[in-house]
Amino acid sequence: MLSWTVYSSFIGAAVCALWPNLSPTGTRRVALTTALIGFLAALVCCFQYDVDSEQTVQFITEKAWVPSLGIGYLLGADGISLTLVLLTGLAAITGTLFSWNIETRTREFFAFFLTLIGGVYGVFISFDLFLLFVFYEIAIIPKYFLIAIWGSTRREYGAMKLVLYSFAGSALVLIGLLATFVEAGATSFSVLELIKHPFPRDFQLWAFPVTFIGFAILAGLWPFHTWAPTGHVAAPTGASMLLAGVVMKLGAYGALRFPMTLFPMGLAAWRDEIALLAVIGIVYGATVALVQRDFKFVIGYSSVSHMGFVLLGLMATSEVGLSGAVLQMFSHGVLASLLFAVVGRMVYARTHTKDLTELEAMQLARRLPFAAGTFVVAGFAGMGMPGFSGFIAELQVLIGAWNTFPSFAVVAGIGIIIGVTYTLRAMTKAFFGEASEFADDPAPPLTSITGPEKIGAVLLITATTLVGLYPRILLDLIVPSLNSPMFKPLLEP
Amino acid sequence: MTPVDYSRLLLLLAPEMILVITALAVLAADLIWARDLKDRNRHTIAFSITLFGSLAAVASLMMGTPDPAGATQWLTLGGATTTVKIGLIALTLSALAISTRSPLTSHIGELYLLTLLATVGMLFMASANHLLLAFIALELVSLSFYILVALYRHHKPAAEGALRYFLLGGVSAGFTLFGLSFIYGATGSMAFDQISQQLDGSPPSPLLIVGMVALVIGFGFKIAAVPMHLWAPDAYQAAAPPVGALIASASKLASFYLFARIWTVVLADVAGRGADSSLSAGWLILLAILAAASLILGNVAAIAQTSLKRLLAYSAIAHAGYILIGLMGEQADGIAAVIYYLVTYGLAIVGAFALVLLVEGSDGSDQITAFAGFHRRYPLESFCLLIFILSLAGIPPLAGFFGKFYLFAAALKSGLASNLLFALVVLAVAMSAVSLYYYLKVLKQAYVVPSPNTARRRSDPVLRVVVILMAIGVVALGCFPDILVGDLVADLK
Repeated sequence: MLSWTVYSSFIGAAVCALWPNLSPTGTRRVALTTALIGFLAALVCCFQYDVDSEQTVQFITEKAWVPSLGIGYLLGADGISLTLVLLTGLAAITGTLFSWNIETRTREFFAFFLTLIGGVYGVFISFDLFLLFVFYEIAIIPKYFLIAIWGSTRREYGAMKLVLYSFAGSALVLIGLLATFVEAGATSFSVLELIKHPFPRDFQLWAFPVTFIGFAILAGLWPFHTWAPTGHVAAPTGASMLLAGVVMKLGAYGALRFPMTLFPMGLAAWRDEIALLAVIGIVYGATVALVQRDFKFVIGYSSVSHMGFVLLGLMATSEVGLSGAVLQMFSHGVLASLLFAVVGRMVYARTHTKDLTELEAMQLARRLPFAAGTFVVAGFAGMGMPGFSGFIAELQVLIGAWNTFPSFAVVAGIGIIIGVTYTLRAMTKAFFGEASEFADDPAPPLTSITGPEKIGAVLLITATTLVGLYPRILLDLIVPSLNSPMFKPLLEP
Repeated sequence: MTPVDYSRLLLLLAPEMILVITALAVLAADLIWARDLKDRNRHTIAFSITLFGSLAAVASLMMGTPDPAGATQWLTLGGATTTVKIGLIALTLSALAISTRSPLTSHIGELYLLTLLATVGMLFMASANHLLLAFIALELVSLSFYILVALYRHHKPAAEGALRYFLLGGVSAGFTLFGLSFIYGATGSMAFDQISQQLDGSPPSPLLIVGMVALVIGFGFKIAAVPMHLWAPDAYQAAAPPVGALIASASKLASFYLFARIWTVVLADVAGRGADSSLSAGWLILLAILAAASLILGNVAAIAQTSLKRLLAYSAIAHAGYILIGLMGEQADGIAAVIYYLVTYGLAIVGAFALVLLVEGSDGSDQITAFAGFHRRYPLESFCLLIFILSLAGIPPLAGFFGKFYLFAAALKSGLASNLLFALVVLAVAMSAVSLYYYLKVLKQAYVVPSPNTARRRSDPVLRVVVILMAIGVVALGCFPDILVGDLVADLK
């Protein structure tokens, strides 16, 4: 069942690309069906997952792939994987809904889109590191085409920059992966096997930073984050939603699954430095978001800031910090998708401007009330309002960080305050601007918000509220997995 | 020396004999009957005979080898050599298939004769177990190629390219011969197994070192490694695409296989060491310098190219760098990785040259910009181009990725402690990130850049079939590398 998330996405991509005479509407339906199948499969797995079992990695599919190199086709999921698989399913559905208006080269768009989603699912459920890496790279190339063909602002530059950063990151991971494989005796790539091998401290000391930074580039770790704002801004809405929503999580998830799990001594040695970078990212991202004129850049930089919380939570290396980090991955995935949907699809596609000063004069709150309402909800959720998912996630991260590095927790708290400021600033400027002197001119009416857009927004708002009000839905999945023997060396250095 | 039994020798060399007879048959058929027919029909006749002969040769290879007792000082047969030979015949056939649609020459009989003679030479290179036989085989291949490049007489640069290829090739043949004679002088033998028995692990004599250096220079030319690479871009550009495909694919495979056997089997004891601080003289350090220079120059120079043929030439130089790293790895895995890499690289490059031929034929240009709007004109071929280019760039799940991965794993397996090899692998991985930039430039033209030239066209069915077969090969070998690798490793161990 679990593997069908991956297979259905690739099959969907192939149908979109190759089925003869598929109309744009047909293509959209195929894409939506595919996304729904993936989401339902993820949901069923979440219900079937046995929380009390000793064996936290479940739904295992194992086959030999390249026996001479010890490469196996090993899929499975624990609570952390499932949380992110669920997020991917959600992002896939809403991303498709917010790409409903793609009219040029529709088939290719959804083919690339679904390939990207297939790669993302694959990363989250691979327990063989070679396989994980394969899926990780499969997710890189479609991004280039999605941005370069259907993007806006400096799209070719943004696409190339994003892809080269991703590929440079995966090059670091590849070096670490090869070294790990050889160091452990060149017999297996399975995480479940490798974890039994005691890697010498000297090895961990260099292998940890190489692989961690490799993954963290994709998670937007400062100072390797610059691909994220330009890439997100250039991308078409559906792709921005996926990029900020799930692709950045690939990096954080990969870092947790591979370097942090296998190299606890390396982690202990480098923890402070990386946590410092994460905190700088939080404050820096928030501060830069504060001064942007471009609405989309505000969201782009806010992603860097929010992903800083994920990395800080990971570095706290305590149960509460890690569960906060995973929860924040889910929460930011939902909220970033929602924000990009509002900015890219609801506002930009109608007003043809992303400039906050120009938007100020348009008084969008009156003309696009649904968009304004959605943005208000997403903005408040993002700034950490209780009752939404962002609050509980960031709170856990801060508690975790407080126990490990108190001063960083204080600085990160300042980051939250700046977060409130930039969100309010963007919100007032974009939606609640003062009427300008030309207010007498009847502004041309804007097309009202369409059905698919409303459904997508409601889905995402439901997700963030549900997790905010009752976080145990996800925490019950995440926490038992963190208590498994796999994470023991990590939590008790 | 035991006297050679010629009738046995003929039996052992049945595949080569079949190909020689085929070559003569094609020439005779073309000269006697087909002279007055249209070029296309002459091609059809010649290709059918060649196809028949090649299949017969492959069948005789598949049937298994008679016991080579009594001939082992001349020939090595069976196992990995058989795989290489089948690969060589397959690559030659596909290059010939696209030459049937190329306005290369009206000397059709000669074209097939020369190509088949070159193939026979390459098969002998794969089988050679004796320095003299290796050299004669090498010369047979080289001489055929000089003429093949020059055959493209409608194309002005062909004569210049061929002359340059010939002059530099002559010099390199001189170096090779020098090297071989010094090795003979140092060991008193020309048969591979006797030479390796003469070497007993003591440091190489100065005579042998001179011999090795000269041999590296000679072979460095064949495989277009920096600084012996200067002929390659001109020859690739000057030659007709099918001939370029042949030089880039089959000839590389044969040269590298012979090269790999000379170094890792015959001269294994004088490899020298690159580990830690105890750098000692041997061929390892020579190859390391060649590999590093090729990686850097090939990848960096490729960025600046505007002609796709020249871009492929510089990327071929870079690929020679990757392969050299594999040669320095653990013996069995190293050779298996090199063979896998070259077979899959050959498939991708033949496919890419077929598409160059297609665009050159319709637009008269080999510039990368001529591919603008390619996905509109030829959707299917464009998708195949995507596969070839991404495989060359090393993106999974295509064969180029596994090839690179296997090369690096083989290199690191021979000792993670070897700083030299580790540094080379790091350089190679970093350079493959650079290479993605210029490969994406090609795909950007095909998929992103708009072009007025968008009317849908149908390509010639022969080209279409070749391109699709090559693409299927790249995908299948990439998804299931064990098809090739499993047997190779077993054979070589």
